[in-house]
Amino acid sequence: MTRLTAAFANARQQGRAALVTFVTAGDGDTAAILDALVAGGADVIELGMPFTDPMADGPAIQAANLRSLAKGTRTADVLAIASAFRQRHPHVPLVLMGYANTMTRPEPATFAKAAADVGIDGAIIVDIPPEEADEVAPFGDHGIAAIRLATPTTDTSRLPAVLGGASGFVYYVSVAGITGKQQAAQHSIDDAVARLKAATDLPIAVGFGVRTPEQAAAIGRLADGVVVGSAIIDIIADKGADAPPAVRNYIESLSAAIAVARKELAA
Amino acid sequence: MNAPNSYRTLPDERGHFGQFGGRYVAETLMPLILDLEREYRAAKADPAFQAQFDDLMKNYVGRPSPLYFAERLTRHYGGAKIYFKREELNHTGAHKINNCIGQILLAIRMGKKRIIAETGAGQHGVATATVCARFGLPCTIFMGAKDIERQQPNVFRMKLLGAEVRPVTSGSQSLKDAMNEALRDWVATVEDTFYIIGTAAGPHPYPELVRDFQSVIGIESRAQMLEAEGRLPDLLLAAVGGGSNAIGLFHPFLDDPEVAMIGVEAAGRGVDTGEHAASLTGGAPGILHGNKTYLLQDEDGQITEAHSISAGLDYPGIGPEHSWLHESGRVEYLPVTDQQALDAFQLCCKLEGIIPALESSHALAALESKAREMSSDKIILVNVSGRGDKDIYTVAEAMGTTI
Repeated sequence: MTRLTAAFANARQQGRAALVTFVTAGDGDTAAILDALVAGGADVIELGMPFTDPMADGPAIQAANLRSLAKGTRTADVLAIASAFRQRHPHVPLVLMGYANTMTRPEPATFAKAAADVGIDGAIIVDIPPEEADEVAPFGDHGIAAIRLATPTTDTSRLPAVLGGASGFVYYVSVAGITGKQQAAQHSIDDAVARLKAATDLPIAVGFGVRTPEQAAAIGRLADGVVVGSAIIDIIADKGADAPPAVRNYIESLSAAIAVARKELAA
Repeated sequence: MNAPNSYRTLPDERGHFGQFGGRYVAETLMPLILDLEREYRAAKADPAFQAQFDDLMKNYVGRPSPLYFAERLTRHYGGAKIYFKREELNHTGAHKINNCIGQILLAIRMGKKRIIAETGAGQHGVATATVCARFGLPCTIFMGAKDIERQQPNVFRMKLLGAEVRPVTSGSQSLKDAMNEALRDWVATVEDTFYIIGTAAGPHPYPELVRDFQSVIGIESRAQMLEAEGRLPDLLLAAVGGGSNAIGLFHPFLDDPEVAMIGVEAAGRGVDTGEHAASLTGGAPGILHGNKTYLLQDEDGQITEAHSISAGLDYPGIGPEHSWLHESGRVEYLPVTDQQALDAFQLCCKLEGIIPALESSHALAALESKAREMSSDKIILVNVSGRGDKDIYTVAEAMGTTI
């Protein structure tokens, strides 16, 4: 069983959704922030690969990308962060998230091998739709899960293409838009999760615009995972060097809400 | 690479030109892009669509644009006979309008209610604002804050035409960031918004449809040249930023082996200085803005900033079909510096009474070596893609004059 599969199975066994958290590599003291995420109860970590042109991201994550690059973060640094994390946390799944151009350098196969070697479990590549999946076929060859995105515009006829070749989990982007913006109506999320669950056995994680423990709990009642990104980035931008304890507190509030969400529903 | 039987059959059904092109977009946009492709195929096969396009080209844009024998420039170089394709005489002053007419008709056909576009120098923004005014659609133009500063006349033109000009303050605040921001808007408004991309780049089917709409340049040139000289030209010259005026001129000639072609890239302060916009000469293949193509980037795949005195060429990428034509060897790509372009700009003003755009001046600058080395029985056709009125402030500054 892969680390990703185990993390979702473990959460399910505990009667809750998995908490999936995002941080941009090289923005702040990433090692300390990663430890804070784990200590706060994150089940899966998405490590953002900084990119000069983050086209699908809102202002918060754009700024995080630029802060990281301005500090001189290179691909080798991102992989070193991942490698050190894997030493400290042998069982917590770590997923790279970012854009195709930095994850296919110098060649897709070379990058995939380097990522696998430092213990990366999966990759979310925003600008690789199923139509271009051949580009990153070497990721699968190296045991890196291809985490696909489904969106409100992914209609029933496209769903098989999106889910074919998907592994790890499916990331449902609940809002047609960029990261960090408004949240979708809960009923539309519930409908989409139900539709996706009918089409795949992979866990369904829902993200985009999730900020409060209440929102996380509402999504966690039905979905297998709740993804939080921009809200964490906002804390890092706001607190600077003091971010890790604040991040930990915030993550604890989310995981506490998610832990009881389904029990409240049953009661 | 073996020469293909035809250079005019691409892209393939997945939108690839060899290894280049494709559809590297967020999943949210994929269904829309597939829709656009279906709609474009239907429009292409619809005589009514073609008839409306042709009518607007003739009566609104003012086509065909003339083919002009540049007699004094020819005499100046003392070599090959030089002809201009006068795209600068089009309505709005550049070739950009050809594409905008085509895309707005597609947008209307698809029932879209709002138009967005990116612009660098403002020429594509003006052309987009123009067609939006003509068809009564609201329009938002994304423009880098730095470009807004250096292109005030075009900003005011867009506003006069009723467009909202939205300053982009992210990243390098120029064309690539305007494109990022347009994509961010689009991903949130796909239901009712059509994105009019200004060059033959971006996700499939844009490179193909922009090329097809711009091919009017090459189709006209071919017929006009046969009429004027009874034969095809020996060499085509066109400036390449994203590459829409160049591919529009080149494409109808690609299968004429006797016609050589040169795409002229902006070498800025010189390719070896690192301050340039020559993606083919100084870049490497990568993925940005929905397509795989040559990009200016570092070894980690981070995009590096482009530089050119011409805002319209100031982009770190190039249309995917040019990347393919470069690798296949069918078209040669040549870098020309800011200074060479400025010299050609002034020479054209003085000898021909035509103020060319700085973009087009890059193509004209290639005459310096090419026209001289080719004999007087040879013919060169240069695409004068736009007029240079917009550039007079930039040129004045470079010449150390104030207006």
